[in-house]
Formats: sequence, structure tokens, C-alpha cells
Amino acid sequence: MAPWLVRTSSQLARRAASRLLSPSQHRRHRAPAPWILCSVPPVPRTSPAAGGGLREFCSVRGFTGESSAAAAATAEDGLAGGDLQELDFPGGKVSFVAEMNFLPESQRERINCYRVLDDDGRTVSGSKFQEVSKDMALKMYSEMVTLQIMDTIFYEAQRQGRISFYLTSHGEEAINIASAAALSMDDIVLPQYREPGVLLWRGFTLQEFANQCFGNSLDYGKGRQMPIHYGSNRLNYFTVSSPIATQLPHAVGAAYSLKMDKKEACAITYFGDGGTSEGDFHAALNFAAVMEAPVIFFCRNNGWAISTPTAEQFRSDGAVVRGLAYGMRSIRVDGNDALAVYSAVHTAREMAITEGRPILVEALTYRVGHHSTSDDSTKYRPVDEIEHWRTARDPISRYRKWVQGNGWWSDSDESELRNSVRHELLQAIQVAERMPKPPLTELFTDVYDEIPSNLREQERLLRDAIKKHPADYPADVHV
Amino acid sequence: MAARFLRELGSWRRAAAGIGRRRGFSEDTAAAVAARKEGGGGGGKAVNLFTAINQALHIALDSDPRSYVFGEDVGFGGVFRCTTGLADRFGRNRVFNTPLCEQGIAGFAVGLAAMGNRAIAEIQFADYIFPAFDQIVNEAAKFRYRSGNEFNCGGLTIRSPYGAVGHGGHYHSQSPEAFFCHVPGLKVVIPRSPREAKGLLLASIRDPNPVVFFEPKWLYRLAVEEIPEEDYMLPLSQAEVIRKGNDITLIGWGAQLAVLEQACEAAAKDGISCELIDLRTLIPWDKETVEASVSKTGKLLVSHEAPITGGFGAEIAASITERCFQRLEAPVARVCGLDTPFPLVYETFYMPTKNKVLDAIKATVNY
Ligand SMILES: Cc1ncc(C[n+]2csc(CCOP(=O)(O)OP(=O)(O)O)c2C)c(N)n1
Ligand SMILES: [Mg+2]
Repeated sequence: MAPWLVRTSSQLARRAASRLLSPSQHRRHRAPAPWILCSVPPVPRTSPAAGGGLREFCSVRGFTGESSAAAAATAEDGLAGGDLQELDFPGGKVSFVAEMNFLPESQRERINCYRVLDDDGRTVSGSKFQEVSKDMALKMYSEMVTLQIMDTIFYEAQRQGRISFYLTSHGEEAINIASAAALSMDDIVLPQYREPGVLLWRGFTLQEFANQCFGNSLDYGKGRQMPIHYGSNRLNYFTVSSPIATQLPHAVGAAYSLKMDKKEACAITYFGDGGTSEGDFHAALNFAAVMEAPVIFFCRNNGWAISTPTAEQFRSDGAVVRGLAYGMRSIRVDGNDALAVYSAVHTAREMAITEGRPILVEALTYRVGHHSTSDDSTKYRPVDEIEHWRTARDPISRYRKWVQGNGWWSDSDESELRNSVRHELLQAIQVAERMPKPPLTELFTDVYDEIPSNLREQERLLRDAIKKHPADYPADVHV
Repeated sequence: MAARFLRELGSWRRAAAGIGRRRGFSEDTAAAVAARKEGGGGGGKAVNLFTAINQALHIALDSDPRSYVFGEDVGFGGVFRCTTGLADRFGRNRVFNTPLCEQGIAGFAVGLAAMGNRAIAEIQFADYIFPAFDQIVNEAAKFRYRSGNEFNCGGLTIRSPYGAVGHGGHYHSQSPEAFFCHVPGLKVVIPRSPREAKGLLLASIRDPNPVVFFEPKWLYRLAVEEIPEEDYMLPLSQAEVIRKGNDITLIGWGAQLAVLEQACEAAAKDGISCELIDLRTLIPWDKETVEASVSKTGKLLVSHEAPITGGFGAEIAASITERCFQRLEAPVARVCGLDTPFPLVYETFYMPTKNKVLDAIKATVNY
């Protein structure tokens, strides 16, 4: 309510407010005002402005569908006893207290973090987790390794000038693969950009990755976007867009559609710690809660948004506590523990679909690589910190220990896997590199469903220009 | 993604040549334009464009204790190194990282400026200015007018790198200046070189109106020029004739000036004398200088990287047609970006290249 109306003592404000009230309202409000609900201290009844303002507020709103008279009566009952206990307010009953308690800015202890595997890859005693079969476990492991190798080799290809840009998921392999493994193919993925492992899990081939990075004629994005902006309709993976957090509200809309279509599926959207600062994050969480959309918000809290540490990004206890504020279930998981990520997403998915609700998952991890090939992170963070996470906290070796502990994996399996992935990838890169770029016609398609007249004219003019000055244009684009 | 694109420009260029890609214009031309000495200029050390911006920010913070510099990643020097050394020298209270939120940056800056401070905000890429659009368009631009001048946020300057860079694709290449030119209450300024950047940025920061200052990121490292070390300002809303000529007037701003300069050189070999104007401030713009030039040459060509339709070139063409209808001897030519999103592999096709400009010059002169 508008407390300043009650407290104001300024003549000016009172006069201004009384001008807004009709004479009849004035009269009405000279009566005692039982509906003034804040009992301590007693509200002076001298100002008609104060009464009028509050009365208007209460009666206009009504209370959870009841008539305003009923609401006022309830409140009056409370006051009549001289000891008002609670207020029936939209959303439920709110109890009154005499103390002035500000909620603290944080809980005394940080929200805890769900984990299944300890640092040595042994299951933590008493930990509850979703069982994974041997096949599944091994597939998860090999995809994590594949992602790591893919990152290393593409990064190198960028350094050699063969592709124009790259960005690795180093350190976040468990998040990528294990979250993907817990989903079904009908679930819709709306990625940020550090989740190519989700796409890999779904069956995007190394050749398809390479085609995108080289922007060749087989790239589904037709060479229009920078490397790493993958997308696949076939695999229910929306195309990456560089602007941060814009995909979050999309995920809510997509999830709502799944729900309306009564699909056994949810939407999942990934984003970083930095992404939680954007307006779109807040809009999306609120929409999801209100629309009861089956969407999983997966926050990769990797400590950094380019050079900005999380201490300068937010002062809440990470992202996980935001869920509560929006009325949504949330969990914090060890992002470098593949089994914890798998179990959390698996359960989140169940709840999202069967109960029709959004879930927020915050995975604690670390961006082990530089932000991208355009960044040198040693300029702004200690090398020891990077090394610690790269070695002691590496999600792949931790998971490998578990897999190997089960007797499912050997050193020779390991070298065979690594060799074959490396071989396949180098092959893919060679093929992608030799492939021509998409033809010039594709410059003008897809702006709209059909090419409008202004673009047809521009294409004509461009072709004239190319004819006159062929040397100005790249030879690998067929005109 | 967000990138210090130019860090590796040298090696990238070599690589790019290897895979058959080309840039829109050569390094030599950028340098040639940048090296041009103008009245009062020169004398200082040769620096690149990001260093010139950095010098201006040092001076702005030093000369006014109520000035602040902030934005995403500015604390460690910014992804383009424009804010290097500022936090160390002026402290984290005056130079700081913000959370990743452009609407927050712009809104915060409006409030800070409204309290009588100079708020110098950075939006990491012009492509990411759109979440801040509401704050800039509905708040910053109308703050003075809607309050009857009870309040203003004139101390606000928003800096942002704009334009093509050779490999930026959709979201690291755009030129969104026309959107902001459509908003009464804002000024839009775009420099073409280090010396211009320093003087125009200081003038923008000290101008009592909100200014959107777009920096040509392609030139951050490429353009090198001698600039005065001291504090100086260049006037806003004054275009500059940077090359005199008689046959046709060419207008542009920012990085496109380098392309236009190249076209002028080439046209000169064919005996065509071009007058080249750098508009510098897009809004409110210096119609008089352009009108005077077109009155003399009778022909006008406007060129920018942004898509042709609804670009600021359209406004110039319309205004000059109104003012110089009698003296125009050919339709106003526009050589601009295509009406497509900014495409990665097709960048050269998209761009208003030297030869596209040159062909348009010839067609207009021979109309
Ligand atoms: C709207 C917008 N603003 C700024 C950027 C530039 N940018 C790209 S990535 C990034 C940091 C993102 O950090 P985070 O969300 O934590 O993801 P991470 O890179 O750590 O995976 C920034 C600021 C952008 N892409 N989009
Ligand atoms: Mg991050």
C-alpha cells in the first residue's frame, strides 16, 4: 500500500489529495477506519487524504475473489479482537508480527550442493541418484571425451587461422553431456553457446560441427553466423544466438506449447552466471512460474562472465536462490559430477512434465578455458585457479574413475577412443575445409519466407558489381 | 562471442588470405586516412584508435571528479582495451564492471547523469545495445523535455563499438546508428580516426545532452595517427570537408570514410574530382556544410555500412534534395549495406566496397 499517504504531513500533499476526493467520500472516511491494517502505531485519522487513499486501495483490489465488503469484514474482525493475527491477502493468509523484521540478505549458510561422486570418483555414502546402465555410462564417458577432443582440435584450428573463431567447453563436459543424457529427444533445447555437448549427445556428427565452424555449403546456418552457432531442427536444438539470455523467454514459450500439445516433453534452456543478470532471465523465470510451463532453467555457474567474476555479477547466493523469489523449485548441483548432473536433470524433467512446472538448476563449475579465442584470461584471473580446476576438479577424470572402478573401462579402451575421435575429427575438418562456401543466392534467402522485391533488386545490382570486379570477391563463394 | 577481435588481426588477415576471404578495404588505406593531418592536429605521438579513446577517458576522469566510466568488463581494460589503466588510476568507485545487463547499464547511467554527474557508459558491442533501447529512447532522450527542463541527463555518454570487422557475423558487426538518429533528444557521434575520436569523445562527454558515441571497431588497432597529448575537443554538429573537389560530393562517417577516401583516389585517376565530407555528428547534423558542397558539385553520394533501407543516408538524401533540388544534376546515390542481416561468409558482398562506390561515382557524374 502507499504508506506515504498515511504519513504525509505536508499541507501541499494533503490539499492535493483532498482535491481528488468527492465530498461524499470525505464523509464516508471520517468514520473509524477498521480497514487500516497496520495496527502499530495507531494511524491518525485526521487526514482525509490518508483515509481516502487507503480505502480506495483496499476496495478496488478485493481479496482473492471475495467481495471487498467481506474482506473488510474479515479485517474488522481481526481488529475487533484488538490483536490482529493475519491478513487474508491475494496468495494466501499473511500473519502479522509485532517485531519489525527485515529479511536478511542471505541465509546464514550457503545453499548446499548436491553431489554423487567424490573427488576420487567414489559414490558419496548415502547419496541418492538415478541409476545409469553400463551402456549409458560408457556412452556418457565417450561423449565427454569426444567433446574435450573436439574443443582442443577446433581451438587449435582457430589458432592456425583455419576457422575465424572458437570457444571451448573445457571444464563443463559433465554439464554438457550428463544433462543431455537425462533428457529425451523430444525435449526442446535452447542453448547459450557453451553447450555443444548437448548437441553432440543428440547425434550431431563431428562433420556437422566442422561444417558449421567452416561455414561451408553443408552448414545448416548457411555460413551466415560465426563458428559455434550450431542449430538443428532434426535434433530439437534451437540455433545459438550471440546475444546473452535472449533464449530464456523463448524456452518458456516453447515449453508452454509442449504443455498445450500434451507432449511428454519439456524445454530446457542453458545460460551462464552472467546471463542471470539480463532482464530476459527475470522475465523468463517469472513467466515460467506464472504460466506453469514445463521448462528447466539450467544455469552453468562457471565463476566468470568474460573477465567479470560472479562477485561483481550478483550478491545473492548464486542463481539457485532466485527460484524461490519467483516461486519455483530449484536445486544446486556439483557441475563437475556427471552423476549428480544426470540425476538432478532427470528428476527435474519428471517434475516439470508431470506436474507442469518450471525448475531451476544451478550447476557449480568453472570455465577452464579462456572465454573464447579472442580472450586471454590470465590477464584477469590467477593461473593457479585455472590449473586447480583443470586438474584437481576435472569432471572427466572424476567420472572416469567411477567408470573404471566399475570395471567398465580400461586404459586401452581409452587410447582407442581418443585415437579414433581424433582421426574422425581431423578427417571431418579436411572435408569441411575443402567444401565450397554456400552459394551467393543464399545471401538473400531466409530474410523472409520469400525474397521481396528490394532484395531481388539488390541481388541484381550485386551481380553486376561482381561481374565488373570479380577480384574483389572471395573465390570460394559460388556466384 | 564478445571478442578482442583485433588482437589477432594480423595473424587472422594472413590466415584469411589463405582461405580466400577478403576484407572490405586495405590496411594501407585506413592508415592513409588516419595519417592525414588537419588544422591544429598532429604534434603528439602516433597512437591507434583505442589508445586515443583511452586517453580521452583518462582526461575526462581526471578533469571532472564527478565523472564515471562503467560497463561490462571495463574493469580490466575492456574487451577492446579502451579502458586500460583507468580503474588503477581512478579507483573502482569511479571505474567499474557492471553486471551483464545493458538495460541496467543505460538506466543506471541515466540516474547517475540526472544527479549531475558525467556518466560514461560502455555497451560492449553496438549489437548488444538493444536491451538498453527503452532506457535510451524513452528515458535518456526525453528526460529534459518531459520534465520541462526540471531534470536532464545531459551528462550521459554511451560509447559502443560498431561496424564490420571482417569476421563478426550477425552480432559483432552491426551499424545501428539510424535507430538512434530517429530519436529527438539524443546526439549521435561517430569518429573516423584516432585524433577525431579523442576530440569528439571529449566533446561528447562534456556536451550537456545525452550522446550515443559509436566507435569503428575495425579501426581500433588499424588506424594510427599523431594526436595531441593534451585535452582538446572537436565541435559537435560540424561536418568536416576532408578532401576538396568539384565534380561530386561524397558523405560518410566512421570506418566508411576510409573506403570513400580510396574511391576518391581511384576516381581522381579517371579525372573525377571528389569532395569528401565526414559528417562526424549524425544528429543534429550539419546540413549547411553538405548543402554548400552539393551546391558547388551538383552531385551527391552517401555511403554507410548499415542496410540501405531506412539508413541515415535516406535522411541526408531527402534533406539535400529539398535544399538543392534546382542544383542537383543527378539523383542522390546511396552505396550502403544490403537489406539483409549482417552475414559472415558473405561479408564482402554485403559491404559498400570501394569499387561499388567508384562505380556509383562514375554513374552519377556521367548521369
Ligand atoms: C546482450 C549481450 N551483451 C553482451 C554480450 C557479450 N558477451 C558475450 S559472452 C559474455 C559473458 C557471458 O558470461 P556467462 O553468461 O557467464 O557465460 P559463459 O561465457 O561464462 O559461459 C558477454 C558479456 C553478449 N553476447 N550479449
Ligand atoms: Mg560464466
